[in-house]
Amino acid sequence: MIWIQHDPVIDSGHILLKSLFFYPVLKKQIRKNITGRAMTESTISDILQFMFMGIQRGCIYALAAIGFNMIYNATGIINFAQGEFVVIGGLMMVTLTMTWNLPIPLAFLLTTAFVTLIGIAMERFTINPVKHPTVLRLIIITIAVSIIIKGAAMCFWGKNSHFMRHFSSAETLDFYGATILPQTIWIIGILLFIVAGYIFFFNYTMTGKCMRACAINRDAARLAGINDRKMVMLSFALSAGIGAIAGIIITPIIQMDYARGALLGIKGFGAAVLGGLGNSMGAIIAGVLIGVLEALAAGYISSHYMDAIALIILLLVLFVRPSGLFGSSEAMRLKEF
Amino acid sequence: MQTNILKLDCLRKTFGGVVAVDDLSLSFNKGEVTSLIGPNGAGKTTVFNLITGFLKPTSGKINFNDTELNHKKPHVIAAMGIGRTFQNVQVFSNMTVLENVMVGRHLRSRSGMFFSSILPPMLRGEEKRIRSSAKERLALLGLDQYADVPAGSLPLGNQRMLEIARALALEPTLLFLDEPASGLNARETVVMGRLIQKIKSMNITVVLVEHDMELVMDISDKVAVINFGKLIAEGTPNEVQLNPDVINAYLGT
Repeated sequence: MIWIQHDPVIDSGHILLKSLFFYPVLKKQIRKNITGRAMTESTISDILQFMFMGIQRGCIYALAAIGFNMIYNATGIINFAQGEFVVIGGLMMVTLTMTWNLPIPLAFLLTTAFVTLIGIAMERFTINPVKHPTVLRLIIITIAVSIIIKGAAMCFWGKNSHFMRHFSSAETLDFYGATILPQTIWIIGILLFIVAGYIFFFNYTMTGKCMRACAINRDAARLAGINDRKMVMLSFALSAGIGAIAGIIITPIIQMDYARGALLGIKGFGAAVLGGLGNSMGAIIAGVLIGVLEALAAGYISSHYMDAIALIILLLVLFVRPSGLFGSSEAMRLKEF
Repeated sequence: MQTNILKLDCLRKTFGGVVAVDDLSLSFNKGEVTSLIGPNGAGKTTVFNLITGFLKPTSGKINFNDTELNHKKPHVIAAMGIGRTFQNVQVFSNMTVLENVMVGRHLRSRSGMFFSSILPPMLRGEEKRIRSSAKERLALLGLDQYADVPAGSLPLGNQRMLEIARALALEPTLLFLDEPASGLNARETVVMGRLIQKIKSMNITVVLVEHDMELVMDISDKVAVINFGKLIAEGTPNEVQLNPDVINAYLGT
């Protein structure tokens, strides 16, 4: 039997090309969409609606981006398995809540712990044993790990999309003419909670300070008695845990399947680059920005072009500011929060 | 009778065909200031790197208080009480001065570092203790007014002081200083000399690599001269200054 499957990466690349070649068509469509509507109250509530959608997706990109940054800061590599942490988090949560019928808080904790262990195992068995770790070698290893995790996810959970019940009610709330899902509020709340935890961890705990020290100057950190290998392991653990949380909170809305990791990873990576690689505060802003732009693009242009438009904007910004929006030397101070 | 705190036994390090340290045997007396001098490229910094675990010796033995250091990692060696500064200042530039010293202090915190981060109430107390003892170190080196300034914005002389403060936070019994006076002006060098004597009076054994001969001869109890990785002379500052081999190595024939 032959499966014809949609690979999200190829799809988005394809759309990217299409949107470049068919720009005149696209422009016409934009004009039609904008002029076809009177500027009424409904337009405003539309915009509000798209903003909600965008912020909700953007939070997930922001969480993925924080994960990228943590590992980048500790090792200088991009972990391409970051998207798979998100997927495993989502799928595991589906199994625990829908099949095993565990209460959501318990399933949340178990899933996060499980994926954190996957992150630790990844570092211990694939990154740590490398004799001469060069950046390129390690990055290729992360690609291999992402393929392995994706394959394993397909074996365990199959190719279907999985549904999960919302954290609280699935009924929409009315907000100035726009509707908002309670799940969206959960997502925003959890993002804010994680950001607060992140700031606390890196500024007010000794372990966090040691991780920062290790990122800034590894030799001096070792001299101060910091076990740099342990810090690398910790960065994998934390970024896997954060990835899992992203997967858990988004699954009720987008329905998770095994192949979503690549696209989530690319958007998260985009957010990390746009925010200035290594700068997590920038990544959060950039993540939400990408999500909102995407949602506006989907609403006013076409949902087909949604992914492409976010990535085109990313490219345009990088042509002008290669260091990302917040990656300037001035923002270096902001870098570690 | 002096006791040895550190003993190098036929220590050798080669990089390809280059012999950087050539069967060097040397011992360091407890509580003294020992200077390692020699022309550029003589292998002094390599010796430091071997002892602190940044390089692995090709052969030979390093004994610290009768424990062999040969295959230990830098962070383990640091935990055993060997502190060090670098020739090129290495501070955590975008952390504050105080945070730099706190990081150096973390090993001496009471609870394990990992557990202190998952148990919030304990951690608050622990963090406070580390903070206050870090402040003491800063005061000792006269850096207390810069506590909340990013370390990278300090002038070089103060960054060097900060590096020493961070090394002292580890509560070392043996401290390696790699060219502490390089890049300092005459007045700052005098301050550095006084500081090294103060460190000695805290019962810390100091090993110094330095090119400023005035400083070396002034504060050292013992001087060891290395050339091409080999020990060519050893003794008190006066003995070494009069040694013909040393004059030869420095001035050429």
